[in-house]
Formats: sequence, C-alpha cells, structure tokens
Amino acid sequence: MRATESNIIKRLIKVTGVLLVVLVLALLIGLSIGSSGSSLTALWNGLSRSESSDSVLMTILWKIRLPRVLLAALVGGALSLGGLVFQALLRNPLAEPYILGISGGSAIGAIVGILLGFSQFPGITLTSFGASLATLILILGISAGQSILRKNALLLSGVMVNAFCSAVIMFLVSMTQDTRLHNIIFWLMGDLSLGNLQHTIILALFLIPCFVVIFMYANTMNLMLMGKDMAQSMGVNIRRANLVLLLVTSLMVSACVSQCGLIGFVGLVIPHLFRLFLGPDHRLLLPACILGGGAYMVLCDLLARAIPQQGELPAGVITALIGAPLFIYLLKRSNP
Amino acid sequence: MTSGIELQNVDYAYARTQVLRGLSFMIEPADFFIIIGPNGSGKTTLMRLICGLEKPSSGRVTILGRSIQSFNRKRLAQKIAFVPQSTPLDFPFTVFDVVLMGRSPYQGMLGMENKTDVEKARQAIAFTGITGLADRKISQLSGGERQLAFIARAICQEPTLLLLDEPTASLDLAHQIHIMDLMEKLQSEKNTTIVMVSHDVNLAAMYASRLLLLNKGEVAFIGSAEDVLTYQNLEASYGCPLLVDQNPMGAVPRVTLVPGKYIPKKKT
Repeated sequence: MRATESNIIKRLIKVTGVLLVVLVLALLIGLSIGSSGSSLTALWNGLSRSESSDSVLMTILWKIRLPRVLLAALVGGALSLGGLVFQALLRNPLAEPYILGISGGSAIGAIVGILLGFSQFPGITLTSFGASLATLILILGISAGQSILRKNALLLSGVMVNAFCSAVIMFLVSMTQDTRLHNIIFWLMGDLSLGNLQHTIILALFLIPCFVVIFMYANTMNLMLMGKDMAQSMGVNIRRANLVLLLVTSLMVSACVSQCGLIGFVGLVIPHLFRLFLGPDHRLLLPACILGGGAYMVLCDLLARAIPQQGELPAGVITALIGAPLFIYLLKRSNP
Repeated sequence: MTSGIELQNVDYAYARTQVLRGLSFMIEPADFFIIIGPNGSGKTTLMRLICGLEKPSSGRVTILGRSIQSFNRKRLAQKIAFVPQSTPLDFPFTVFDVVLMGRSPYQGMLGMENKTDVEKARQAIAFTGITGLADRKISQLSGGERQLAFIARAICQEPTLLLLDEPTASLDLAHQIHIMDLMEKLQSEKNTTIVMVSHDVNLAAMYASRLLLLNKGEVAFIGSAEDVLTYQNLEASYGCPLLVDQNPMGAVPRVTLVPGKYIPKKKT
C-alpha cells in the first residue's frame, strides 16, 4: 500500500507550495510583458527602486497591468473551481459552468443590469447571480426527470440552454444602439482589460470566502462521488451540501461573469489537468484548481495581449481555442 | 437489553403508492438477519428506512434503543454502515482511498485522516482479504472485487449494524461465498449485526440466524430458516412451483426451482 496515503497534509502543503510558486511566476511574467514592451528587468527595477524609475512605466505597471493580472488570477481560480464543483456534484466529468449554460444565464442577467444602468457592484452582480440561479434550476429541472447521472441528458440540456441564452444575449445586444455596444460585445467574449484595482479588490474580498467555504466541503465532495446513498450513509447531509455548493459556486461564477464576461472552458481544462496528476481527491484538487487556474488564466490573458500585432484579443477567445478541442477529445474518450 | 433494530407499525408510501404496510419486528444485536421476498415487495425501501435514508410515513424506527430521528447524520454513520445495490463510480479512486472514506464519520469537516484512520483502513482491507487490490483503481476492478472493496469500506466504518442490499447479486460463485463467509466472520468476531437483502434463498437459508419474508409490503413470515422456507410459505409469496427439501450439508431447507417442462399437464 502506498506510504503517501498516510500524509495527506504533507501532500497538500507540497501541492499548494509548488502551485503558489507557479502562480507567482505567472503573475510576474504577466506584469512584465505588455504592449509598451517592457521586460522582466524593467519590472525588477520598478519594484526595487520605486521612486527613481520611469513614472510612465510605473503607472502602466500599477494602474493597468497589476489589476489586470490579479483579476485574471482570481477569475481563473474561481472558474476552475466552479468547474470542479459542478463535475463532482453532477458526477459528470464534462460539466462546467460555461458548457452547462450557467455562465450564459448570468451574462443575460449582467446585460440586463447594464442596460438598466445598475452599478457594477452590487447591482450587476446581483442580477447576474439571479439569472445564473434561474438557469441552474432550469437545467437541473430539464435533466432531473431522466436522472442527472445520465451524462447526455445533462449536457444536452446545457447545450440547449446555452443556445437559448446566446439568442437572448444577441437579442439584447441588437436592441442596444449606443456606444456601449462595442464594450458589451468585447466583454461577452471574455475581457479582462476593464479591471481596475478597486474592482479587483472587491472581487477578491468576495471570492476568497467562497473558496474557503468550498474547501470546507472538499472531503464531502469525495464522498458524494460515491453516490447519494453511500455518501449519506457515511454521514453526509446531502441536501445541505448540494445547496451550499451550488449556491456558492453560482455566486462565484456570476461575480466573475459580471466582472469580465464569458470566459469558457477554464473549468474544464484545469480540473482535468490536475486530476491527471493528482488523482480524484478534492482535498488536493481544490487548492490546485484555484492556484493553477489562476496561473493558467494569467498566461491565457498574456497570449491574448501578445498575439495580435495591434490591439488585443479577448481572453475568452484564447481559453475557448484551447478548451473546445479538449472538450471534444474528452467526450470522444468517455463514450467510445 | 436494548434491541438492535426495532420497527413499530411502520408504513411507507411513495407518490400515493403504499410500499410498506404496518411493519413491526425486531432485529436482535449480533443477528445475521436476511430479508427475502419477490421483486417489488419493498425490500430495498425497508433497507433504506433502517439506514435512515428514508423516513417512514408513519410508525417508528428504533436503532440501539433510540429513535432513528434522534441521531444526526454523522452519529448515525458511526452506528450504521450501508452497502447499496449499485455504486456509480466514474472517478478513479484507489481501493485504499475508498476504504479510507469509511473513516469520515469520525473525522472533522475537512476529513483529514490521521494515523489511526490509515491503520484502520489497512485492517479493514486485510480483514476483507483484498490486500493485493489496495492500490488498484476501483474503476478497473471486476464486479466482485469492487463489491469487496465497498464492503471493506463499510467495515472500516466500524458499524454496530451493517446493512447490505443484495451484495451477492450478479457475482460469481466464489465471490458469493466469500462475501457470505466474510459477513459470518464479522458477525461472530466483531459482534456486528448483519442485515442483508437477498434474492438467493439458499444462501439465506445457510447463513441467516433469522429470516424475514416480505410480500407486498407486509411481513409474510419471520423466523428461522426452517420456519420460513417451507413450500407453502414460498409458494404463497412467490407464486411459482418449487421443490423444498433438506440441504445435504445440514438441517436447513434447500429450495429448488422447478422448470415448467417438469410440471405435469395442468396449465401453469
């Protein structure tokens, strides 16, 4: 029998430590590269002697890039975690907030919020949360009759709900005549460039408690993978666990969507990647997804900024370009 | 002396269908209690009531002298372990991981195991006789091996009452007898009360200290194998031709199914 089984805490510290380093490296790289073409050394100079260095570069670093990379890290972590939670709760390795249409639902909520002229926080976040919950209930309702466990029923209802949400979004967009149109469209594709430090801090204060609550349920999620009956017979209060996890996750996803639009497939790519390395234990997967997902998102955003000669791509385009083929691959592998 | 399990006038209805009706019986501590009965007679529902997975529509279920409702989930899980009929498992936990999960009723919210938990998981695996499988992925095991892993998980939970819903269904002969012997060992060595739903009346006859024949949601017959497994009782409940004689290995009944071609003329 494996000796490593005896020290879950040691493994947890190791995984968290390694990924923390990866995340910090990703953040530094993200900070150091941008359209104004500065390098790691310039970043180092900026950090080490803050007074005497180039003030324009400093402004770019602190006012533009820092909020942006931090936002990317937060959103990446939250969306990966969202994917992981949905996969465990629905016992479906292909579940993900974007694929299930929950992100789409919360986008409708957010657009309605924008059109009604609400403020970003709490107005738009709340409309977005309301809409995402409604979508979640709708999807579970559609697939419940034919047992949630059946992969295809769940995914198909997700696809349909997603299509419907897209149509509603397009409808709302086409009704919008003013200058916000470009912003809405860009935001929809998953855009991290709108972040400022204050919004990022509010989002962090909001997301970090969500991370903690979900981590409290890590072992419960392991037990829930064994099926409802067995989990319950091992002392899990299924109804409460489901309720808390679905609510917190939807809240987390809508906070991200209302901040930076539709960024898909992160919640698919990252949990799968880590399951490959770490196995199915959620006590390790949860921190790994938060940190690793954060790093992944920072790097995707970096690509989005670096690839085009002029301007930039929305980060959601990059994550979809990587994620969608992976989804197809996983789908083929799971249904031979 | 407090009883193991006691049901008093238990009714259970689901969507206006009466599944169980007026059930009253007792299961003594350290009994090997087997519930048999035709399909749809309510065996699985009865099992779920005893583990607290369902609440009776009326009546009382008492576990170890206390109403089952008075336990919280974790406390109940320290007393009762359950092996359901089928367990979906799409995620590749190892056998050891799964067995270790049996310790979670004793752990805090975060479910971090300590040395004792790991030791108990090892013991449960050894007791079940699957030490060689410990590092294998549960998703790669055969049906019989997988069932043994889930049973080891339940043993690791150190329950006073172990409930199993058709644990030997669709297993090969060697695994069937292995599981039944294992349950007998658990009952005699650790004084665990075993409650099992089974379709195999012959296995039930050879192992049960008491049998319950459930029919249409009611207790048809309850007692020792000799008392319950008579031709009249079985024919009345199952409604098919049977031959009941004595098992050559001992003083328990043996039930043989009679194919239609051996039944003289009369319409079946």
